[in-house]
Amino acid sequence: MELRIDHDVVARARRLAGAIVDPIEDFIARHSTVSVERAVARLCGVDGVDGDGVPLPNRLIDALGAREGGIARALGATIAETGRTPQQIAEAVAAGEPLPDPAATPQTALRAALRPFVDAGLARVDAARRARDAMLGRLPQARPPLLYVIVASGNIYEDRTAAVAAAEAGAQIVAVIRSTAQSLIDYVPYGATTEGFGGTYATQENFRIMRAALDEASERLGRYVMLTNYASGLCMPEIAATAALERLDMLLNDSMYGILFRDINMQRTFVDQHFSRQLNARSGIIINTGEDNYLTTADAVEQAPAVLASQFVNEAFARRAGLPDRQIGLGDAYEIDPDLEDGFLFQLAQAQLARQLFPDAPLKYMPPTKHMTGNIFKGHLVDAMFNLTSVMTHQTIHLCGMLTEAIHTPFLGDRALALENARYVMGTARSLGDELEIKPGGIVERRACDVLAGAVRLLDGVAERGLMSAIEAGTFADVKRSRDGGRGFDGVFAKSAAYWNPFAEALAGDAVRA
Amino acid sequence: MSLVKPYGDTVDDGAVQLSFTLPVAWSEAADEAARQLVAKMGFTDVAVVEGRAIATGFSFFVVYARTPVAIDVSQVHAPSATRDALSLEQVDELIAKRVGRKLKVAGACIGTDAHTVGIDAILNMKGYKGDYGLERYRGFEVFNLGSQIAVDDLVRFAQEHAVDAILASQVVTQKGSDIANFTALAELLEAEHLRDRIVLIAGGPRVTNLLAAELGYDAGFGRGTLPSEVATFIARRLAERVTA
Repeated sequence: MELRIDHDVVARARRLAGAIVDPIEDFIARHSTVSVERAVARLCGVDGVDGDGVPLPNRLIDALGAREGGIARALGATIAETGRTPQQIAEAVAAGEPLPDPAATPQTALRAALRPFVDAGLARVDAARRARDAMLGRLPQARPPLLYVIVASGNIYEDRTAAVAAAEAGAQIVAVIRSTAQSLIDYVPYGATTEGFGGTYATQENFRIMRAALDEASERLGRYVMLTNYASGLCMPEIAATAALERLDMLLNDSMYGILFRDINMQRTFVDQHFSRQLNARSGIIINTGEDNYLTTADAVEQAPAVLASQFVNEAFARRAGLPDRQIGLGDAYEIDPDLEDGFLFQLAQAQLARQLFPDAPLKYMPPTKHMTGNIFKGHLVDAMFNLTSVMTHQTIHLCGMLTEAIHTPFLGDRALALENARYVMGTARSLGDELEIKPGGIVERRACDVLAGAVRLLDGVAERGLMSAIEAGTFADVKRSRDGGRGFDGVFAKSAAYWNPFAEALAGDAVRA
Repeated sequence: MSLVKPYGDTVDDGAVQLSFTLPVAWSEAADEAARQLVAKMGFTDVAVVEGRAIATGFSFFVVYARTPVAIDVSQVHAPSATRDALSLEQVDELIAKRVGRKLKVAGACIGTDAHTVGIDAILNMKGYKGDYGLERYRGFEVFNLGSQIAVDDLVRFAQEHAVDAILASQVVTQKGSDIANFTALAELLEAEHLRDRIVLIAGGPRVTNLLAAELGYDAGFGRGTLPSEVATFIARRLAERVTA
């Protein structure tokens, strides 16, 4: 099944996306954020909380006198002076000791002092990546679409039970949905957690608990089961760091989602997503972008060009952070109103278009949510059509739709039914997409052309205006966000001439200008 | 009396279908356990038509059975908040004639809930299913505060802006968080002596008008509600107050 696509138009879309993100890249290069600095501290080995439950990375960055130089210089200088480890320094700061002024220590001395901890952090990230590669070699996954389910009980131990059960029922990827409050809190909670609303807190200990359970299940089932969480919200870089250390395999990470849908400041988000993606690139983590959100909040037929435009923008940002295409899981969703005649053809058109435009990207296909109702019987059918679209168009990461989508976070039985549905449809229609040809000039092809043309028009407008101004004007998802507004803006700062981030430095070496 | 029972294919056959998971490994005994469990619920003629393992230590069942009980529908009351909805023009006219000023409406997803699809469908200009949102009405001044709004902040906002109506939305219902948040909002409005002058409305896919009434709200709107239905309710309720 192949759409005839005008490759000049596609090249133009990529040029425009590049023109959109390049000015932002310049901004990113000149700025850092408190969450980037906390991620640096974590990678240097700082972990734990103080007596009030405040994470030590937060205490450390809050104690930084002039943050413009970055936390790495302060840590390096303190190590050079005192011989303490970063963790001991953080503990001392939490006990009330001030951080010394790094200006008093020669640049070469402070860098040399921190170097062993930087190397150790990177070594842990690299070891996790090698461990994943080894397991994938030994325990190969079933072929795509990779069946992805969510667990979201709020209690990590119940999530563990649900995750293992789902893996046994055929799930190849398990995502732990985060508690709804977490995207807006400016720290990463600590330890194993058993309470959360609409999801379970992302903590390093929770990551470990799930990883261990899924590793055990992977060995038993003879296929590697992937673990996913969210590098989004105010702590994007810290989650990326923690996920890299604990061998998560995927992270939800979008260059604009937080700005539009969580009112997180755009400058904060742009800087945070860049460092997060640099880390993802090094750790081999596949990002999942959030284009499905354009469709859940507005009409899916109308918004299709916005999805494609966002895919181009996410790709451009991701490539500039050094992510290879095989780690860029661009998002899309099956959200067209089931009552629309030939709606299925439109879904096919859009899914196939994405497949052809991003041939090496592990596309993330999201299930119907907006038009799901209490009629679980109809919902199960709509999910089957979604499954059919996915297998016909060779999507890579397939979030299984739940018949109870509109009712509750999935029951254990709901997940089993969803996986059964997906396995049935994808098995019985495995090669259907390869057997069919798309009628030249027919509904599917015309729709694909319209969506592509619409995306180029949208990108054209954004490129002319500038991305930040376009967001201010409400170009995306009808949401207007000002460049100085939103949550987390006070955590953004311009780097001084002396600024040093040894991880960004090391990771930039991997990056390629697309 | 108008006693009814579930209808399978014959009047009063009482036929129902159930499905559930038991945390036991599948075996013939697990099927029998499912059958006895449904019988203990009070059903008769229990048939476990499907029983199978879905994971280690978990089995899934589909069961058909009959219920011996009936309900007198004439004794059941659930007031509707969406009856006889007016059009946008009619609502604007009602407000203009009877109230004579714009009505201030504040909406928010309260607590930690971040799912604004519902509140946006009601408030945003664009609306839902071709029915324009409240922002489109001349008669309303709309403040859509968005997601994750603390109850305290919403009440403070209502006080400072002298709002006429509050729309509180809850999508996440895990462990009763929606009920807790709705209750906290009603109680705080009461404590601040604002409750009587504000039309308080609950919304969300699991909300019913009956539930909202029990929580002390003026109305509740569930899945599929159109903006004009909410607009009509607010306009009528406030028009009544002006008259009263």
